[in-house]
Amino acid sequence: MSAELTLGEHDFAAPERVQDEAPQSRRPLPIGVLTILGVLALWWGITATGLIQPLFLPSPQAVLAKLWLVSTKGYMDATLWQHLGASGLRIVTALLAAVLLAVPVGVAIGLSRVARGVLDPLIELYRPIPPLAYLPLVVIWFGIGELSKVLLIYLAIFAPIAIATATGVRNVDQTRIRAALSFGATRWQLIRHVILPSALPDILTGIRIGLGTGWSTLVAAELVAATRGLGFMVQSAAQFLVTDVVVLGILVIALIAFALELGLRALQRRLIPWQGRA
Amino acid sequence: MTAAHAAQLIVDRVSVRYPGTAHAALHDVSLTIQPESLVVALGPSGCGKTTLLNLVAGFIKPTSGHITLDGQPVDGPGAERGVVFQDDALLPWLNVLDNVAFGLQLRGLDRREREVRARQVLQQVDLQGYAGRRVWELSGGMRQRVGLARALAADPRVLLMDEPFGALDAFIREQMQELLLRIWRETGKRILLITHDIEEAVFLATDLVLMSPGPGRIVERLSLDFGQRYAAGESARSIKSDPQFIATREHVLARVFAHRQPHTSGA
Ligand SMILES: Nc1ncnc2c1ncn2[C@@H]1O[C@H](COP(=O)(O)OP(=O)(O)OP(=O)(O)O)[C@@H](O)[C@H]1O
Ligand SMILES: [Mg+2]
Repeated sequence: MSAELTLGEHDFAAPERVQDEAPQSRRPLPIGVLTILGVLALWWGITATGLIQPLFLPSPQAVLAKLWLVSTKGYMDATLWQHLGASGLRIVTALLAAVLLAVPVGVAIGLSRVARGVLDPLIELYRPIPPLAYLPLVVIWFGIGELSKVLLIYLAIFAPIAIATATGVRNVDQTRIRAALSFGATRWQLIRHVILPSALPDILTGIRIGLGTGWSTLVAAELVAATRGLGFMVQSAAQFLVTDVVVLGILVIALIAFALELGLRALQRRLIPWQGRA
Repeated sequence: MTAAHAAQLIVDRVSVRYPGTAHAALHDVSLTIQPESLVVALGPSGCGKTTLLNLVAGFIKPTSGHITLDGQPVDGPGAERGVVFQDDALLPWLNVLDNVAFGLQLRGLDRREREVRARQVLQQVDLQGYAGRRVWELSGGMRQRVGLARALAADPRVLLMDEPFGALDAFIREQMQELLLRIWRETGKRILLITHDIEEAVFLATDLVLMSPGPGRIVERLSLDFGQRYAAGESARSIKSDPQFIATREHVLARVFAHRQPHTSGA
């Protein structure tokens, strides 16, 4: 487990060595864990001196106590888990919708010059705009309901997946295509059996990047008249200067993002074990 | 079933010119591949060997001329012409068995049927113990055998091979040549093989075609029988040390160099 916590392990051939290594307990702590422990210690040290008022920086203990309180009693009429669930549902819905649409769109862009000519400029045009900039327009068009929030996250996830998929499709090894053609593959079989699996590493990278931007768009999305959600929780806590809930919310948001990243990397390793070897 | 009069692969006065190039990649090339023959095209780099094979495979179309297989015009890739690629072109997300069965899967055979056939072909290439292995765990020679098995599994009428052993070391390459001759004898498939290894060409070919660049063309044809002698049971060692083999090899070597001279200044 401990090896999974370092972000940098990607660069080394770690999985190969696991077997002939000493039992896990004897492995040194990864540097990433040490860094986090260091920051925690610093945080604790600074607040322990009492030089900084808790209004500006609450102590780790206070945040921990708040974690207990918010998870059991709740904050703003919902427990931490309900806030988390609301945010999670939004991002999962947006992600599913984005994957379902962006992958076919990416394949079309990668395969057809016409599709690229039509769709590429559209995506490139909206992609660099910060979600907060078009948020008002989304609200005017789609109201302040769930749809607007999900749509905002969806837009943030869509572009990276579509672009990554198109790149993957364009880079498919031509001899693999020819191999399939030499067995009489139809166009659909080619996509299903050669192009999509070949592009899978890029698609997963697109999903990773998309989830990252999507998650950070979440807070913005939950500014829109939400009554639940991590972004909403942080936002309303800030209005009432409940700094410990703000810090707690930020930490939970960061932790989820980190867990998503690790989960997707694990998924990538599992689904594409040949990466870098074939 | 067999229309004997038409049972051959015919390349008829074919030329290819890639857009924006000075020389034709192939100029007026004609070639016939008879049943049970093993045609080897040999020549220096750039003489159009791959172009010739891609034409027969249907990956590219000739600028002029025709190609027919058993009386049918070749118009695009098709399952009756199996291709073995130099860089194996296996699919890493499939295991060895599924790679071998890939052509049958595309053809719509159900899983049981295609696995029976794939196991049978794996045995032919001496890989029966490797069905469940990942292809990226295999050595280069094994991967080439999987590629050969994949092409054979679809039971093509012709086998097309573009420098299939070019990336292998000398020892493995000899093993693969012997394996190929064994399979050729067992299946009776017509084979068109491309190489730039002179000994390989002389050892394998029933018909050796020497090619020359600028423009790519056929400059000499030889009928040989060393491969047939191996298939009939003579050992590779004794064939390759036969003075006749050595003389043929030297002759081919001389011809290849003779045709290369006029162009060395231009290259
Ligand atoms: N797609 C292409 N576009 C333009 N020119 C090409 C293309 N493919 C090949 N050629 C040219 O056609 C000629 C023949 O190429 P070909 O690949 O058939 O040679 P080859 O005999 O297979 O060489 P090698 O032994 O290096 O593989 C070369 O001059 C090459 O530069
Ligand atoms: Mg070539």
